[in-house]
Amino acid sequence: MLVISVLAAAIGAGTAILFACLGEILCERAGILNLGVEGMMLSGALAGFATTYGTGNPWLGALAALAAGGLLSLIHALLTISLNANQVVSGLALTLFGGGLTAFLGQPLVGLPAPASFGKLPIPGLAAIPVLGPILFRQDALTYLSYALVPLLWYWIYRTRPGLYLRAVGESPATVDAMGLSVQRLRYIYVVLGGMLAGLGGAAISLASNPGWTENMTAGRGWIAIALVIFATWNPTRAAVGAYLFGGVEALQFRLQGAGTSISPFFLNMLPYLFTIIVLVLATRETVRRRIAAPAALGLPYFREERS
Amino acid sequence: MNAVELTSVTKRFGSVVANDNVTFAAQVGEVHALLGENGAGKSTLMSVLAGLYRPDAGTIAVNGAVQHFRSPRDAIAQGIGMVYQHFMLVDSLTVAENAMLGQAGHGVRLHTAPVERELAELGQRYGLAVDPRARIWQLSVGEQQRVEILRLLYRGAKVLVFDEPTAVLTPQEAAGLIGTLRDMAADGLCIIFISHKLDEVLAVADRITVLRHGRTVTTVERRATNRHELARLMVGRELMGVVADQPQAVAGDAGVVNLEVRGLSAEGDKGVRALQGVELQVRSGEILGIAGVAGNGQRELAEVITGLRRATSGEVRIGGQDTTRCSPREIVAAGVAHIPEDRNGTGLIPSLDLQDNLILKHYRQQPLARGLFLNGAAIGNFADRLLSKYNVAAPSRAAKARLLSGGNQQKLLLARELSGQPRLIVAVHPTRGVDVGATEAIHHLLLAQRSRGAAVLLISEDLDELLALSDRIAVLYEGKVMDTVPARGADVGYLGLLMAGGAQSGAADHGRPMDTGGIINQDVAH
Ligand SMILES: Nc1ncnc2c1ncn2[C@@H]1O[C@H](COP(=O)(O)OP(=O)(O)OP(=O)(O)O)[C@@H](O)[C@H]1O
Ligand SMILES: [Mg+2]
Repeated sequence: MLVISVLAAAIGAGTAILFACLGEILCERAGILNLGVEGMMLSGALAGFATTYGTGNPWLGALAALAAGGLLSLIHALLTISLNANQVVSGLALTLFGGGLTAFLGQPLVGLPAPASFGKLPIPGLAAIPVLGPILFRQDALTYLSYALVPLLWYWIYRTRPGLYLRAVGESPATVDAMGLSVQRLRYIYVVLGGMLAGLGGAAISLASNPGWTENMTAGRGWIAIALVIFATWNPTRAAVGAYLFGGVEALQFRLQGAGTSISPFFLNMLPYLFTIIVLVLATRETVRRRIAAPAALGLPYFREERS
Repeated sequence: MNAVELTSVTKRFGSVVANDNVTFAAQVGEVHALLGENGAGKSTLMSVLAGLYRPDAGTIAVNGAVQHFRSPRDAIAQGIGMVYQHFMLVDSLTVAENAMLGQAGHGVRLHTAPVERELAELGQRYGLAVDPRARIWQLSVGEQQRVEILRLLYRGAKVLVFDEPTAVLTPQEAAGLIGTLRDMAADGLCIIFISHKLDEVLAVADRITVLRHGRTVTTVERRATNRHELARLMVGRELMGVVADQPQAVAGDAGVVNLEVRGLSAEGDKGVRALQGVELQVRSGEILGIAGVAGNGQRELAEVITGLRRATSGEVRIGGQDTTRCSPREIVAAGVAHIPEDRNGTGLIPSLDLQDNLILKHYRQQPLARGLFLNGAAIGNFADRLLSKYNVAAPSRAAKARLLSGGNQQKLLLARELSGQPRLIVAVHPTRGVDVGATEAIHHLLLAQRSRGAAVLLISEDLDELLALSDRIAVLYEGKVMDTVPARGADVGYLGLLMAGGAQSGAADHGRPMDTGGIINQDVAH
């Protein structure tokens, strides 16, 4: 019983990371590194909660979160794609900006009760399946949405024509350009889509797993999502595995704290980040062995007449 | 009628004027050659036509109508396609997927099967066979070139620009391609053929436009011109001609063995056997040429010898020392110079300046290094000395390597590699894509190294080059040495046969070549 409830909690906690990770996969597949995930998640979380607080409708909140994340990533797109700014610097600036702005704007909302949120929504029939039912099908609407998104994105990337363009533009923008596709347009689209998903990831925290708003409530999940992209080898299915693993560590840590173990809570809080480092080391070795590399043009600006 | 017409096109890159008021017209149904030395502005002009570069001045007309290309998309829509000099391929995708990029298609789903079929058919028809499902990184440079050409055919372009397409082909393949281009022109397509090789241009073109220093010199009819005139138009001076038959090292047995390869096997990138039991010896003062069609283990051989690839079995000895498991740095220390196939990726660091590229192998030594620090003045001197000694045409030693033309990049690479008095030089396609003047210079440099007593392993697809420079020639086919023959008096027909694997049973199984009239089989050891 305990195992099942920990696993169910793992999935709930993993949803936010999963959205953000899927978003970053799209962005990096297009060849743009966006280190602003944490900032975009925070703005999504705040926008989502504030809108829900004002309207009482969490769906409107989710839409607002998408918009907030998308807007912030649009800044990144403008700076890096059109103005040739350094992607690392721009991304870090985005995280700092998102953190500062949400702390400032969100002050009046700290500690307020959520008027509505995405509650657990057992799916009739499926929820009754032993073991799997309670783990997978007694979750909230956003989690179900993420279930759908994983195969959808996988199919998009590997089985569709636009997905082919996406894979190509991150590998060799010069080729994509010479073949008559617009590198800039492709990159704008996926950077903004990626930002929207990160924003939705934020909302998955403030509207579902921990309804409410506190300053810096994402607590580094944006960074974990970025690290997970490597573990996932830029593949949505593997991203799901990774996100739930992290959700599991997080859930376990809460359980242990709740059960009043003698282990220091500081140590327990550290676990997800420690786990990130270990996973990164293992994943990197794996990618090297299997020759799965990052998109070749990741992080490199593209200008047609510039010699590379 | 003119299929395309460029009028008064000017294109600048910063302070460099790549095209200066150039006028060019090519007709439907002709092969029109664009001839010029490295840096003459050929690629730039055609990139303007292909919509990749926007001209600073001038107009483009297609079938008589003026067009303003804002991107390659507009040019493709007008039926203009280009096989670029630097491949425009996505390494991680398959051949078919590369062909599908940007192609207007039906629906969202990716249907590779019909494209694969069509590519396979096209490949068969034009003698450009390549597996449509292979990923680009698994293909040799020659095969990648075929993909570029196939993609163009697949797109059904009406005006096809080929930017030095034969640079990566064997003589036979090049001849085949020239036939294909003639057929395509006869079918009513307009073929523009960029080259700096006179014979090739004379063989393929109906008309020839010569570019020099970014300006149009003239356009001539093939029938109304000759090799001599073209050379003068292109270079602006009389040419010295190809390296004369050099005195071959008579007593090959006299020098010490600088490179010995025994029973060497290695895997290629695909994980298949790329080298199988290769046996070679190169002595001091000798050039051993390696002939073979692209993708028969040449690259792997060079990589294993220089420590960039692991051998699965066998042994490499350099100057008597077993270097099979040595790191590239240890192999460099053993006195090996490497002129790799991929000069921009493995040979040079394009984004570093010339002097940094020049000290890459020596930066740890006195006087370039002073403890932990680099000695700027000494490095400056060192770089200037090499640049002038090797005649590298460059604005300054602080210029970025990527801004040099292909020929000068190659000279830069040779300057670095040859400056340390190497005992073994592994040169892979050292003159590929390099104009006549620079080719001449590179040949002289390699011969000078031989006279100095270096052993040279010269891997090339250019049989003329191998015959002119080598003392002996070994033919590599499917990772095996088919035979090794003295270069002097070697029978080109026999070499071609070996390159195609034709004499395999004769040479490999019985240790004796087919009767080819007077060829002595030296290395029958295997
Ligand atoms: N993107 C670029 N940025 C800066 N300079 C460039 C660029 N492209 C070309 N050039 C410069 O313009 C001149 C013409 O170059 P181009 O590549 O057109 O010559 P080419 O005739 O094709 O020579 P090659 O035979 O070596 O291919 C050279 O001096 C080159 O260095
Ligand atoms: Mg060129």
